[in-house]
Amino acid sequence: MSILIDENTRVLVQGMTGNEGMFHTRQMVEYGTKIVAGVTPGKGGQKVDGIPVFNTVAEAVRETEVNASAIFVPPAFAADAILEAADSNIPLIVCLTEGIPTLDMIKVKEYLHKKNIHLIGPNTPGIISPGKCKIGVMAGYIHKQGPVGIMSRSGTLTYEVVDQLTKKGIGQSTCVGIGGDQIIGLDYVDLLQLFEKDPETQALIMIGEIGGTAEEEAAQFIDREIRKPIIAFIAGLTAPPGRRMGHAGAIISGGKGTAQEKMEALEKAGVRVVKNPALVGEEMEKILNR
Amino acid sequence: MKIHEYQAKEILKQYGVPIPKGGVVETPEEAKKVAEEIGAKTIVLKAQIHAGGRGKAGGVRVVQSPSEVEGVAKEMIGMTLVTPQTGTKGKVVRKILVEEGMEIKEELYLGVVIDRSKALPVIMASREGGIEIEKVAAESPEKIVKEWVDPSIGLRPFLVNKIGYGLGFGPGEVGKLRPIVVGLFNAFYEKDCLLAEINPLILTKSGEFFALDAKINFDDNGLFRHKEIIQLRDLHEEDPLEIEASKYNLNYIKLNGNVGCMVNGAGLAMATMDIIKVFGAEPANFLDVGGGATVEMVRNGFKILMSDPDVKVVFINIFGGILRCDTLAKGVTEAVREVKVNVPIIVRLEGTNVEEGRRILNDSGLNFTIAHGMYEGAKKAVEALTTQRA
Repeated sequence: MSILIDENTRVLVQGMTGNEGMFHTRQMVEYGTKIVAGVTPGKGGQKVDGIPVFNTVAEAVRETEVNASAIFVPPAFAADAILEAADSNIPLIVCLTEGIPTLDMIKVKEYLHKKNIHLIGPNTPGIISPGKCKIGVMAGYIHKQGPVGIMSRSGTLTYEVVDQLTKKGIGQSTCVGIGGDQIIGLDYVDLLQLFEKDPETQALIMIGEIGGTAEEEAAQFIDREIRKPIIAFIAGLTAPPGRRMGHAGAIISGGKGTAQEKMEALEKAGVRVVKNPALVGEEMEKILNR
Repeated sequence: MKIHEYQAKEILKQYGVPIPKGGVVETPEEAKKVAEEIGAKTIVLKAQIHAGGRGKAGGVRVVQSPSEVEGVAKEMIGMTLVTPQTGTKGKVVRKILVEEGMEIKEELYLGVVIDRSKALPVIMASREGGIEIEKVAAESPEKIVKEWVDPSIGLRPFLVNKIGYGLGFGPGEVGKLRPIVVGLFNAFYEKDCLLAEINPLILTKSGEFFALDAKINFDDNGLFRHKEIIQLRDLHEEDPLEIEASKYNLNYIKLNGNVGCMVNGAGLAMATMDIIKVFGAEPANFLDVGGGATVEMVRNGFKILMSDPDVKVVFINIFGGILRCDTLAKGVTEAVREVKVNVPIIVRLEGTNVEEGRRILNDSGLNFTIAHGMYEGAKKAVEALTTQRA
């Protein structure tokens, strides 16, 4: 088992004929992901490595049995791409695009509310269930199938943690990048519920960062609902207030969203908070060997 | 992106928000002229810098006679203002806003921000606090009226009623408040803002509302559709190294420590700063070279990093994914050859093409310390710093 994606996931790539879209389509296929269709308006009828390209998502859904979409569309058009996938009721949408205007995402979220659709991202490296399916830009080879579920707001920091685990022989059930923007789809609470129910996942790692209150909300939920052991690392203890640290969402504003507050909230909920990011793997080893 | 008070007021004025009479000037002579045009007895001069806390630092002056304006303006233009938000170096005042003084009966707070948890814009208003609004929010949140705006229905009249009557105003005042709330919200929504606030919004003794101060922060991701906003950027307000970095699409933020950092990815970059702190030193900067960096970007990033004289040791921490380790190694070796580097450089490489990357560094004949893993890298960097100090 794993969450959200597995060997039965059939993926549509929106923006497949672009540079990024094509490169990562090939990488995903190489990893074993079942990519069944692509969409680029105006390029319907073409093929990329034998995969059919359609003009609209509706057409792709009609012709192939798609149940997930990966979006590699430039920021100005990405919100529309998410809405198009939602309009066709694709149950899982992964939006990799970085730089979508915040207000566009607010409108998207309103629309998604009306439908039973999971959105991952935007501004995410994607999601991977090692050995089964990868929808995203992460390097597949650093992963290994196993018992640890990972949720993260960051890309390379997640690779760092995955690498620490894999080198210790500890595999992962599913790794999800929830996205570095202010407005995102699935958040920690949504994923915690899914991981708690997943029999393959024995322990969890939560990688957070400064900005917003998602970690604090997760802490409250963990306290009430989650029994599985959790390790957390929060990036940005040394970040100055009022400065956006790369990600649109990583900013301490009005004295809120500091790493300290988040760590305290999580510790209070019984989460093992690791202060040294290089020691996450070691901590997980201790938990699993207990 | 941030703008000045006078620019924010200009935008709000276009949206029907009343602002005091006045104008922005760069010379004492212009200040005198604007004051004469205003024709009021009390004149306020406000330093235009991108930082709050100006009042207490001497950046806001009130004069009771227009004849004093020129002299006070002369003192203010060119002065360096140090406020809790400017850092210790402070900011040079290049422009001042000359405005009509107001007879204030009451100060209010009115602002629009994004509520991330609800994924909606929220309008906040309070009759308590004025400029101390953050204190009110922390200590007595019940004194702040909040209304969330669902984009599918927009800002409806009933929402404005909830805000106005919620603040305890009568029909007359709510009527006068209405265009201000609507104007502020529309400016926020149409210009892709992350924050638009009037603080304080004042009620004068004659019963009129005016935006006495205004602040707008724009969403950088929305700037592509607002060419008129991009023109408002004031490069004087930004760190020169940060401007240089933004030319190459690099994300650089100057900090106060001595360990220069070069990392790919914002999360890993912050974590790298944190681990340096864990080992007892302070990072000199945040530098994210991004996922798709080219040799040229890496080279320029390294040069920007090295142009900070506080950097005594460099820690390069790369987890290659889309950014390949050989690209990184080429960029760094080129940069080290171009600029004179006399500080230790610790390099941790992992991920795509790591062997090739390490080979390039080893064969360069330059002096790099290769570290295996983030732990060893950070430890070596901090050790190198302490050795220098000893």
